[in-house]
Amino acid sequence: MADDPYKTLGVATDATAGDIRKAYRKLAKKHHPDLNPGNKAAEELFKQVSAANELLSDPEKRARFDRGEIDAAGTEKAPPRSYRQYAEAGTGERYAHGGGPEFGAENFEDLFANIFEQRGRGGPARGQDARYVLDAAFLDAVNGATRRLTLPDDQTLDVKIPAGTKDGDVLRLRGRGQPGRNNGPAGDALIEIHVAPHPFYTREGQDIRLELPVSMREAVLGAKVNVPTPAGRVAMTLKPHSDCGTELRLRGRGVPAHGATPAGDLYVKLKITVGPPDEKLEAFLKEWTQSGFDPRGSMGE
Amino acid sequence: MITFETIKLEISGLDAEDLARWIGAELVRADGPPGAWRFEEMDVARIRLILELRQELEVEERSLPVVLSLMDQLYDLRRRMARLNEALAEVPAEMRKALLTRLG
Repeated sequence: MADDPYKTLGVATDATAGDIRKAYRKLAKKHHPDLNPGNKAAEELFKQVSAANELLSDPEKRARFDRGEIDAAGTEKAPPRSYRQYAEAGTGERYAHGGGPEFGAENFEDLFANIFEQRGRGGPARGQDARYVLDAAFLDAVNGATRRLTLPDDQTLDVKIPAGTKDGDVLRLRGRGQPGRNNGPAGDALIEIHVAPHPFYTREGQDIRLELPVSMREAVLGAKVNVPTPAGRVAMTLKPHSDCGTELRLRGRGVPAHGATPAGDLYVKLKITVGPPDEKLEAFLKEWTQSGFDPRGSMGE
Repeated sequence: MITFETIKLEISGLDAEDLARWIGAELVRADGPPGAWRFEEMDVARIRLILELRQELEVEERSLPVVLSLMDQLYDLRRRMARLNEALAEVPAEMRKALLTRLG
């Protein structure tokens, strides 16, 4: 819902009822859902335009809106929120003492360190969690792998990246964070995995997409081709007359099954590649015409 | 983002000079250069608060920095307490019980 029905209709705030009706009709025609089937943006605009017209075409509602008694949705305006509601929510950090959005976890921990030191002086305390970032290759994240992480203090940590790990997933290694105080347990290591992009695979959830170059001959006559998959090459049969852009699915060849998640699929999209210059092919094509076939026939004009 | 003109419509009796002075003294935050200020909703609520302090609670202008600073510190603590409460809600029941007993 736009905030300002005048703006939605594109009319001035002193527009006459006639202006408003004219503007509404013009926009309604343009964005009508029946004239824009499947166009979500148009549907949304149409709803906004209709709502704006409903409000502005009713002189009483329009007057109440102009006086600020109701909002653009026609609902009564709530009384202003108190300062306290802002101050106690996250927004309150705008006026955090000492200023600056940096106020946060660190100060928070300082505060607790003080509280716990004053109260349970000498008692056991759990160590803090340590946070790290580990860059993983695309296929390591898909298939799973063990990678060594070098910590700032030159110690190393062997991190087992489970199969199916997504970019941004955080792994928790229990007890591998900061040591505890007075026999308290150590904190955990939290490792955020950053997955690097792959030159030809892309991932969508459990599925993987791949654009596979094929020759003209393979596409027209059909062929058995080798397709790279995350688990190694797989033979795939290409039917004769497989056109450029055709998408084939290799079931279960995407991200392998892990935990309760079943394996995803590999979608192979064909991309016809003409290949290096070939005199015989050129000579053949000069003699050859596809009568009646217009590849751009479906584009009109 | 809210302009000064909008705020003037919402808060009657707000004086531009007063507001400029409060912004200068960092009692109210505003983005953008003087005369083209942009405010967030919270800033508007804070301006209302200052007006209430001045007009209804009769806090003098020169006491505003102390009063607001104390309030800001109080709200800092209340936000931290709220986060502590959230964290407490997530610890095992036994530990929570022990903590609450200890805190009386």
